[in-house]
Amino acid sequence: MNDQVRFYKPFISPLDPCPPILVKSYSTPPQLFIAFQPPNLPQFSPFEALKYGTLWPALYSPYDPKNARQEEGN
Amino acid sequence: MWVYEKKLQYPVRVSKCDPLMAKFLMEQYGGADGELAAALRYLNQRYTIPDKVVGLLTDIGTEEFGHLEMIATMIYKLTKDATPEQLKKAGLGAHYVAHDSALFYENANGVPWTASYIQAKGDPIADLYEDIAAEEKARATYQWLIDLTDDVDLQDSLKFLREREIVHSMRFREAVEILKEKRDEKIFF
Repeated sequence: MNDQVRFYKPFISPLDPCPPILVKSYSTPPQLFIAFQPPNLPQFSPFEALKYGTLWPALYSPYDPKNARQEEGN
Repeated sequence: MWVYEKKLQYPVRVSKCDPLMAKFLMEQYGGADGELAAALRYLNQRYTIPDKVVGLLTDIGTEEFGHLEMIATMIYKLTKDATPEQLKKAGLGAHYVAHDSALFYENANGVPWTASYIQAKGDPIADLYEDIAAEEKARATYQWLIDLTDDVDLQDSLKFLREREIVHSMRFREAVEILKEKRDEKIFF
């Protein structure tokens, strides 16, 4: 499971018109937890860096489309 | 001045004929938190920001134009072969009547881009905080765009762009830390 995703359970009313989504999620990517990037962090290979969009694994944030993700929180 | 490289920052491949997705992508083309707004915001703010972070704004603002090209390529590929009838079905009938298949700086609802989307307050902290917020909003927009398509090739390019927003946010946060520091001031004992 992607540990950059946070889950919460919203209030569900018995009077809701639509089938409720029991668990909701949002993204908390790595830059929120780093005040200033320290020097000499491990690096991706050049090909991986291009593929992921960053040189450092510490800044890499995977994203799964919401439909797939919502299930995991259940 | 700029030096232009005639290639995209990251490859754009679109495998599914889906003109409706072009309409959604226009949010990142001419929307409030789109790449045009980002590029113009940073490249304008940089004149009145402390010297230490001017280069950062120049670099990121320039990269945003590279992203703008990628979004333009996606929209172009998704609309260039669409008939007027197909565009109408995709909700782009109003776009067609004003622009044919030309791209235009509008958001997903067809609202034209406006400079009131961006700000240059002249206060370095206020401006950098706006920039951080803009990056996080653009990251969220990319997330919802990824959610709206099942084209894995398009998702791949959008995931790259989302990651770049994260790196930019990191750098703007570091710029705030640099401006908070008292390193350059004379210390009296």
